[in-house]
Amino acid sequence: MAEKEMVKIYIMNKEHEVPVGLTIMEAMEYAGYKFIRGAGCRAGFCGACATVYRKKGDYKLYTALACQTAVEDGMYLSQIPFVPANKATYDINKMDLKENIILKYYPEVARCVSCNTCTKACPQDIEVMDFVQASLKGEIEEAAQLSFDCIQCGLCALRCPAEIPQYHVGQLARRLYGKYIEKPSKNLEERLEEIKKGKFDKEMNKLTKVGVDKLKKAYVERDIEDLAGE
Amino acid sequence: MRHKFPVNETQSKFTEKIIEISGQNVRKCNQCGKCSAGCPLADQMDLLPSQVIRMVQIGDTSVLESKTIWLCASCFTCAVRCPQGIDLAKVMEALRLQSLRKNIDHVKPSAIPEIEKLPQIAVVSSFRKMTSS
Amino acid sequence: MKIPYYPGCTLKKDALNFEESALAVGKKLGMELVELPRWNCCGTVYSLASDDLMHYAAPIRNLIRAQELNENRIVTLCSMCYNTLKRANLRVKDDEEALTTLNEFMDREEDYRGEVTVLHLLEILKDEIGFEKIEETVEVPLKGLKIAPYYGCLLLRPKEVGIDDLEEPRIMHSLLESLGAEVIDTPYKVECCGAYQTASNKEAVAERTYSILTSAAREGADAIALSCPLCDFNLDARQETVEEKYHDFERMPVFYFTQLMAIAFGLDEKVCRFDLNYVDPLPLLSKINGRDTLKMNKKKI
Repeated sequence: MAEKEMVKIYIMNKEHEVPVGLTIMEAMEYAGYKFIRGAGCRAGFCGACATVYRKKGDYKLYTALACQTAVEDGMYLSQIPFVPANKATYDINKMDLKENIILKYYPEVARCVSCNTCTKACPQDIEVMDFVQASLKGEIEEAAQLSFDCIQCGLCALRCPAEIPQYHVGQLARRLYGKYIEKPSKNLEERLEEIKKGKFDKEMNKLTKVGVDKLKKAYVERDIEDLAGE
Repeated sequence: MRHKFPVNETQSKFTEKIIEISGQNVRKCNQCGKCSAGCPLADQMDLLPSQVIRMVQIGDTSVLESKTIWLCASCFTCAVRCPQGIDLAKVMEALRLQSLRKNIDHVKPSAIPEIEKLPQIAVVSSFRKMTSS
Repeated sequence: MKIPYYPGCTLKKDALNFEESALAVGKKLGMELVELPRWNCCGTVYSLASDDLMHYAAPIRNLIRAQELNENRIVTLCSMCYNTLKRANLRVKDDEEALTTLNEFMDREEDYRGEVTVLHLLEILKDEIGFEKIEETVEVPLKGLKIAPYYGCLLLRPKEVGIDDLEEPRIMHSLLESLGAEVIDTPYKVECCGAYQTASNKEAVAERTYSILTSAAREGADAIALSCPLCDFNLDARQETVEEKYHDFERMPVFYFTQLMAIAFGLDEKVCRFDLNYVDPLPLLSKINGRDTLKMNKKKI
């Protein structure tokens, strides 16, 4: 059997040899670490595995999601399971859009110096500075649309010199958009009525009583709509 | 106000630092008072602008505790009227930065009354001058 | 003529009355103000520390936006944006090392070459369009209105960025004359409104508002004309705070100069967005001969 190619990585500055082809998360587990925080979906969607790293010979600090990024030789890794960014408390039902709401709950947004560090830190390639600026301008829809792919990893907030919690700002913008600006979905309202009236109760009861094996089979064999629209 | 002469090393280090950050030679000030006369907020200040410059000249660091440097509205009236060409607005900024650059906010963003009713320009400029840099 | 236009944050929300009237007035004069794409907050007020570079990234980034369109000038309406952009521009034009460092830091932008000029709308009205043409465009002269032009600080100071004389400017005076108004010169026309003190110390601003407005009233003015959304907030909205302390204070309407131009040009009043003015200006405007007053819902204080 051919020898597996190995690379040297530095986990909290301690050197480890790990096989090529592993993600940062897998490599750390290979090295003997067990994730009890800072890991979640392992699919690039939950934002739990925020990582800051540097490469040997390079001065720049890079950011990544540990579950989505392959290890490279000479990587110096640091995990950030939690970013203590300021989160405002608000009642989404009591917002007056004529006021500068985002500024009310996140006044730090006015400290933005347009340095673009947040954009460079984002592992999702979001134009973070642009949605922060949109928030400052009061353009809630723009801020909501631009921040759509945000997975709340917190790396932007961590690196921001003005201490703006970009990901919380984006979330408020999206909530405001969904509640007050986006046209209500007629289909959703109709479906909710149907559910309330018990239209699907019989089917649901059947499913809950069917047993794990039959449920698994039904799931695997379910009817999936062809994307081509057949 | 009595001041001891000659100025000691700590005092002159402070003066040098303010001169460096403001880029203004405060030693040229001959205390004519034109800046104080023109300052629109002077009547609300504890130290007059010309007094602030005097304290910087002799290195009196208690100037950092004055209300004056935080009441300054950066209107540049003093700067354009000084016969010695000293840009006092830059000196005021250098004095404010002594605490702002230590990550100390002079105004707390979360404590601005009725912030949602203020135009963005008021909040942006207030934070630029009075929160940590 | 088309010219790239930099609005600044406030003009897109709280000061839409400034923007909408300006765009309409520009159009009437054959000038299209085309908003810059992807612009960011200018980061007012201009950073005054000699060793600071980071705070120039925000204004310079906007000049790069103009450069990307192969444009060599931009126009602003807000005095503070004007001052911040112009001073940052001068700073980097003077200091090649600073420009290089900034360009290297903004590594996702093209390098700023220092070739864009920052203009204020008043400069264009005076130098390119001319007050004579403005006078010819007037359909409803503002006869009967006594207006005190208020310049504030950042349009004029420091000298290297000022659009007019530091102590005795006349550019807005001339503009208002060409609109047919009676122009009232006041001693506090270039004195600061208190600027950003309004956020944390509104009483300090109220003192300034009181001084400036009572002086204008003493000189016989009916209203103020100005060019800055912060001055506007301080002189207009803060009248409420003035009244809390000075019970004999009489309210005075405050206009953006473009709102007065729109009225004089006979444009549809809705471009003036008087609903965003704090002190109701409509009773005063009914004094103008030959003009129908439109009743609108106003943002009252």
